[in-house]
Amino acid sequence: MNWVWFHKFGSPKWMYTFAGKLQAPLLVASILAMLCACYWGLFIAPPDYQQGDSFRIIYIHVPAAILAQSCYMMMAVAAFVGLVWRMKMSDLFISAAAPIGAIMTFLALFTGAVWGKPTWGTWWVWDARLTSMLLLLFLYFGVMALRSAIPSEQSRARATYILVLVGVVNIPIIKYSVDWWNTLHQPATFTLTEKPAMPPEMWLPLLVMVIGIYAFFTALVFYRLQAEILLREYKTKWVSKELNIVKESADE
Amino acid sequence: MTDFQGARASNKRELAWSRVLYKILFNEWRLAVRNKQDLFNALMFFVLVIVLFPLGVDPGVAFLSKSAGGLVWVAFMLALMLTIGQMFKQDFDDGTIEQWVLCRYPLFSIVLAKVFALWLITTLPLIVISPVLAVMLHMSTDQLPMLIATLLIGTPSLALIVSIGAALTAGTRGGGVLLMLLVLPLATPVLIFATGILSASAGGMEVSGLFALLAALLALAVISCPFAAAAALKMSVDN
Repeated sequence: MNWVWFHKFGSPKWMYTFAGKLQAPLLVASILAMLCACYWGLFIAPPDYQQGDSFRIIYIHVPAAILAQSCYMMMAVAAFVGLVWRMKMSDLFISAAAPIGAIMTFLALFTGAVWGKPTWGTWWVWDARLTSMLLLLFLYFGVMALRSAIPSEQSRARATYILVLVGVVNIPIIKYSVDWWNTLHQPATFTLTEKPAMPPEMWLPLLVMVIGIYAFFTALVFYRLQAEILLREYKTKWVSKELNIVKESADE
Repeated sequence: MTDFQGARASNKRELAWSRVLYKILFNEWRLAVRNKQDLFNALMFFVLVIVLFPLGVDPGVAFLSKSAGGLVWVAFMLALMLTIGQMFKQDFDDGTIEQWVLCRYPLFSIVLAKVFALWLITTLPLIVISPVLAVMLHMSTDQLPMLIATLLIGTPSLALIVSIGAALTAGTRGGGVLLMLLVLPLATPVLIFATGILSASAGGMEVSGLFALLAALLALAVISCPFAAAAALKMSVDN
């Protein structure tokens, strides 16, 4: 099997141009998809027979929550690749993706609270899912804090890989412990209402929204990745060529 | 010098983990004896956190007896971070970790020995005084053995998880709050299972299954955490 495509991702120059090429179309497509899905979901889709219009927050809440979790999984894959093959790009990817993942987790928690007030009658419940999402938020913050505490580039990268991988091993344990703790302490005061078998006019906008938010995430990561690559490689020739920087000390 | 040659002469003796453990244990013991104030500070921190709850929340028996187990556990976790959270800092500053990486013993076994030594020396005193504090929090006396059992099984896993955070932050400046941010999300399962045991047994439920889970967490921590901590220590030395 030919692995050239894989190795290309390790080249900062190739990745920079690749990200640059895809970034604008992805951004446009994602914004279009999200706007469509917003209008579709907020105005066209029928109201829920039980929750009325308040259910419409799932069009933000569910995509944010899905992305928050899969962003951590992507970071874990990147950390594994970085630890095994020493690919520099995984460190750059993690540093680009972690803040976005943290914001998505916060968004999921916040929209959940906003939805919980009219539906459950309370902003916050120490429910299994809420608690494990909160812990996921702390994991993201931990990754970001650790990165800012280590000045050396190489050891920062490896410390990040170790932390992200330890976190991903722990996530199922956290999940199950929290699930169990909940059922042990408060037997079903509130449970997330079982997903009703939604009609297509309700879940289709949700699907569009999920696709849109993934594209948005990719575009943002590419944008941040480009900045990271430039920051890391600013001494190289191709960067000065790319940015049309004429070196002042050229005569030396 | 002679020790080094002796170790070379017999390869078998060199790889005995008990020897590593003995050396590190002895070393930590001497450090603790010469720095008694550190040990005392950890105990005082533990006591002070516990004392704050009746003063700040509710001194009534109803509240305290219900939440005594959880309070002791939370205060214990915080005290543990404070005491052994910096376990590799001094070793990093004076170059001991470099010698660990260079020496012939596998690094994870040294980490395991270090964690065990610190657990014995700095954590056991906390476990010894925790029944006193639990009684002050109006925990029922037949619950006390249960509390000690959860602490004995649960805190070694906590110490092992803390060792990962300590290894990751060994080379960074400051690091106390950073360590908590890194470690607390990872340590929540231990807290949840341990306090789960306490509230289940207070409700008169069978807890052997929950104990098995707590012990399973410990087994998992023993076989996985030293490797992660060793990798992090190598990283801190490499640059």
